[in-house]
Amino acid sequence: MRLTFTVNGRKQEADDVWEGESLLYVLRERMGLPGSKNACEQGECGSCTVRLDGVPVCACLVAAGQAQDREVVTVEGLADFAKQRDEGGSASGTSLDEAKRWQSKPGETGTAAQRLAPIQRAFIDAGAVQCGFCTPGLLVAADELLERNASPSDEDIREALSGNLCRCTGYEKILDAVRLAAARSEEAV
Amino acid sequence: MDFLRPASWEEALAAKAEHPTAVPIAGGTDVMVEINFDHRRPEALLDLNRIGELREWEVGEETVRLGACVPYTRIIESLRAELPGLALAAHTVGSPQIRNRGSVGGNLGAASPAGDSHPALLAAGAEVEAVSVRGTRMIPVEEFYTGVKRNCLEADELIRAVHIRKADGPQQFSKVGTRNAMVIAVCAFGVALHPETRTVRTGIGSAAPTPIRATAAEEFLNSALEEAGLWDSGQIIPPAVARQFAELVSGAANPIDDVRGSAAYRRHALGVMARRTLGWTWEEFRGNERSARCA
Amino acid sequence: MGATRTPSNITQGSKAKGGIGESTLRPDGTLKVTGEFAYSSDMWHEDMLWGFTLRSPHAHAEIKSIDTSQALAQAGVYAVLTYDDLPTDVKNYGLEIQDTPVLAHGRVRHHGEPVALVAADHPETARRAAAKIKVEYVPLPVVHDEASALAEDAPLLHPGRDDHHAGHVPHPNIVHRQPIHRGDVAAARARADVIVSGEYEVGMQDQAFLGPESGLAVPGEDGGVDLYIATQWLHSDLRQIAPVLGLPPEKVRMTLSGVGGAFGGREDLSMQIHACLLALRTNKPVKIVYNRFESFFGHVHRHPAKLWYEHGATRDGKLTHMKCRIVLDGGAYASASPAVVGNASSLSVGPYVIDDVEIEAVALYTNNPPCGAMRGFGAVQACFAYEAQMDKLAAELGLDPVEFRQLNAMSQGTVMPTGQVVDSPAPVAELLRRVKAMPLPPEKQWETAGESADVRALPGGLSNTTHGEGVVRGIGYAVGIKNVGFSEGFDDYSTARVRLEVINGEPVAIVHTAMAEVGQGGVTVHAQIARTELGVTQVTIHPADTQVGSAGSTSASRQTYVTGGAVKHTCEAVREKVLELGRARFGSYHPAWATAELLLESGKVVTDGGEVLADLVDVLEGEAIDLELEWRHRPTEPFDLRTGQGNGHVQYSFAAHRAVVEVDTDLGLVKVVELACAQDVGKALNPLSVVGQIQGGTTQGLGLAVMEEIVVSPEAKVRNPSFTDYLIPTILDTPTIPVDVLELADEHAPYGLRGIGEAPTLSSTPAVVAAIRAATGLALKRVPVRPEHLTGT
Repeated sequence: MRLTFTVNGRKQEADDVWEGESLLYVLRERMGLPGSKNACEQGECGSCTVRLDGVPVCACLVAAGQAQDREVVTVEGLADFAKQRDEGGSASGTSLDEAKRWQSKPGETGTAAQRLAPIQRAFIDAGAVQCGFCTPGLLVAADELLERNASPSDEDIREALSGNLCRCTGYEKILDAVRLAAARSEEAV
Repeated sequence: MDFLRPASWEEALAAKAEHPTAVPIAGGTDVMVEINFDHRRPEALLDLNRIGELREWEVGEETVRLGACVPYTRIIESLRAELPGLALAAHTVGSPQIRNRGSVGGNLGAASPAGDSHPALLAAGAEVEAVSVRGTRMIPVEEFYTGVKRNCLEADELIRAVHIRKADGPQQFSKVGTRNAMVIAVCAFGVALHPETRTVRTGIGSAAPTPIRATAAEEFLNSALEEAGLWDSGQIIPPAVARQFAELVSGAANPIDDVRGSAAYRRHALGVMARRTLGWTWEEFRGNERSARCA
Repeated sequence: MGATRTPSNITQGSKAKGGIGESTLRPDGTLKVTGEFAYSSDMWHEDMLWGFTLRSPHAHAEIKSIDTSQALAQAGVYAVLTYDDLPTDVKNYGLEIQDTPVLAHGRVRHHGEPVALVAADHPETARRAAAKIKVEYVPLPVVHDEASALAEDAPLLHPGRDDHHAGHVPHPNIVHRQPIHRGDVAAARARADVIVSGEYEVGMQDQAFLGPESGLAVPGEDGGVDLYIATQWLHSDLRQIAPVLGLPPEKVRMTLSGVGGAFGGREDLSMQIHACLLALRTNKPVKIVYNRFESFFGHVHRHPAKLWYEHGATRDGKLTHMKCRIVLDGGAYASASPAVVGNASSLSVGPYVIDDVEIEAVALYTNNPPCGAMRGFGAVQACFAYEAQMDKLAAELGLDPVEFRQLNAMSQGTVMPTGQVVDSPAPVAELLRRVKAMPLPPEKQWETAGESADVRALPGGLSNTTHGEGVVRGIGYAVGIKNVGFSEGFDDYSTARVRLEVINGEPVAIVHTAMAEVGQGGVTVHAQIARTELGVTQVTIHPADTQVGSAGSTSASRQTYVTGGAVKHTCEAVREKVLELGRARFGSYHPAWATAELLLESGKVVTDGGEVLADLVDVLEGEAIDLELEWRHRPTEPFDLRTGQGNGHVQYSFAAHRAVVEVDTDLGLVKVVELACAQDVGKALNPLSVVGQIQGGTTQGLGLAVMEEIVVSPEAKVRNPSFTDYLIPTILDTPTIPVDVLELADEHAPYGLRGIGEAPTLSSTPAVVAAIRAATGLALKRVPVRPEHLTGT
């Protein structure tokens, strides 16, 4: 089947999608957006968390056809999404052609760093990233938490992130990162 | 595999009538797991996401008509007063991401004995609004479950809504799992006090082939409360009565040993949860009575 | 190559000096938070096919026949391979013993063993084709424990064994046996005032790394293959892959892709050979990605173990002797079993001084899932048992459990049961003191300002099982010892290539190793070492591949020590070359070139007095210095097969934990409130990463204590291969983990550092269980502790 939807602010199209495919598969294998991760494909790890019409969901449990005409934000679009939220504007993103040509490039650490959402910056600074496989899903979930609740308690953070498994960090530095992002945004206000 | 995308409820009913083997998919939290892991290959998926009315609810005089696809998150946020037991149960479902997609309609459709909403529905009292092109029938939730992962829906029927009695007294829900979040029930228990009818209703999850009420426990407690005049006096429930209630709840279960827990533990845990949740609801009832008297 | 998504260089500058000892941030951090970091499951190639593995539904069966014709006939299917399609005589692989078939031949020995492979144009096509492969099985009797493995008529897992352990094991279903004898146990036992014995059990834990087994094999024009893969040791994979493919190693070009965690589970091969076979057969790129269900069958697990211990002590609290027997279930294939036996036996005494010991450890062959490397292997199982024994002894003697441990704690100079003298700091008593001295968390943290309790801070969490009823607090302690690096005479070296050149007017160091970055932060540390040794700010980390010499495995807490050591060593040699160049070019201008100790700092050659002699840019003058060197730690010796004597280990690592738990004693549910750790790290090259490793290791130990177990039925079938039923801790299960880092240098190691990754995984588990025992008064001889154990159901 054909699928048309919006990803990170850009209209995207995919053809010959098998009806049993998940949104996660379409993003990763057809859109060139592998940032959403495939750790469990059963809704138990949160590594594929994306925003579907603004709501954090596991992309592995959304049938591709259910994304028809809807808006998806992935970790690849998180920085723009956060920026536009701050500016009160609408989102834009990577075109399908750009996405398909995507390749991680050397030496762009410096420039990329300036394009990070506050929560992304905080994850790096707090040491919340080890293997990093859980990171994209955690970032989308944590960003949405801070959107709802600018100064969450530790228990609020734990509850909001209880659907995102991490096997490397023991979560302490993930808590640190969310606290850090919250504190920085308070300072900025 | 076909992917059917009805834009309206009428289209959905027509599609289901035409494709009786089509599997309805809403939040996808059960169906997609089975597809991803190659446990199921339905001939067609019937997507209900485009039907807005399924995500709406109406609060009536007696009941809440809860659209089949109202996500658990909305129940927690918006229906805590009307459906406190279901809101507590909804809060134990999976993770925030799952609660954003999963719904009571999905829980009923899957009819897993471990579904978290069942004990709360049983305790509150609910009817399932099952609809087909042939018409609508209201099925008391006790009669809805027919076996492990089986329900009494006909092949052409879809769940439109669940009509749940609005709480007229305190309700509680507890579930045991071996993790502090994101866990499937080893067993679960729901209890609802109905001061208007001076009855107590219960629901047991994951401890029998289907979700069940502990009817003997309910009957025992109803008469014990009545005989001692506790609904009027607001006195504490004597420990012996609570203990007997808990034992009868345990006895109502018919659990199995499986990878999540032993049958013996399930019976034991149900007794503990029954005693505790009864205590919590009764304390709340007494508190309300006291403050009502004070006011 | 056409359009691909593959790993690339990562360059990092640093605002601070960014040398060792600083909490420099990860060079791959930005790529990882933007979703751009290319993990093995993200590999992509135009026209690639999808590989799929058909696995055995039986734990033990004869394969009568395999019919692939219907699968091959399906549209979109490019290849179906079975054992008969293997191209050479080499049809097995293995880390130490080559006993694992690439594809089953005539017999399957465990549930989930690979039987056939499919390549197709879509994963679903491949799955449907695999379902059409007809395999005729005849089930065989199952060997599932020690009794059934060693029974007289036991089926032999590997009849006709000719591996190097075959000659000394008492039974062919024993992979390896290691006894250790030291002193006179009978005489020491006679001196004991109290004797305590116990039987303990450790369940089968899974690494549960989040990034599933996956990779991409691309056939080359030269008949070779390029393989992008997540592994812990590229060269070990290569050594096993190339012979099966019938290719010389240089035609199997391996590149490390992003690795989504490992924890031992990627030491063995999974889909590497399979992807290459399909790619070479179809002459198309082939991608294989396991889903979580398959992942539980796709890698080895932690050995479940049964452990019998006896300890004696005098009334004044001195240990007299120890006897133990440790039986590890290795499952159907050897994997790392021999090394697990070596660790379990040689570390079975724990970090204590006991002169008289009798130790035996064995690993079995059974039809259970194969078990091998997982963080802390061998030592984890032993630590659970000996720490339970320590608490039992302390209780028997009426002593404080921490004081009792301190009384018997080993220290530098202690002789291990193997006869090896511990020749670097072993601050066991001090770690216990520190962890005990940390402030305790407040009581009843679930109490809120209002009347209701915050269930998120209670056992059961969001499930709303208690509002404080039945909740009892308990506190427990444990300490452990782990070896660092590969032991028992293994030539445990690493290789580093370092290139120093001027790029855009600035000196840049390019560090190229084959080290598998699995999340531990090795790439961060390599850049720090290069900055410290070469005085540069810009460091580029080249992707790890097989174009450079072996780095050894990212396991055994060894990479910072050994590959860090190799990077340091090579940088030092590069520095010498720089200074040679400098002397040749500028030596005549300043006498200090000949007389002073010279350093490289901030892009300059300086004297140890701080005088600047030249700019690196001028010294290099367009020339690049490029060296590739090997480095090895002190050699070790094998353990004597009869007595267990030998200097088998390179270095020891120690951590201590204090667990505070709250147990709902009625429901048997546990909330770990705090899990404090004190660890000696020798030298923290990157303090932020060190703490992260300790917290992560601690949490895996917590998981083993209260929830993690692969449940295997008596028929040797895996009952819970999913994240729905194999539970790992969520953020609501994980407490605050305060860490006290001690830095006592080991003079034998680079910068004095000590391998740190595994020690915290050891003592975490017994500390949590000790705290549960303290709360409940129950004996608890098995992990994971289940609600059934706590409620007597």
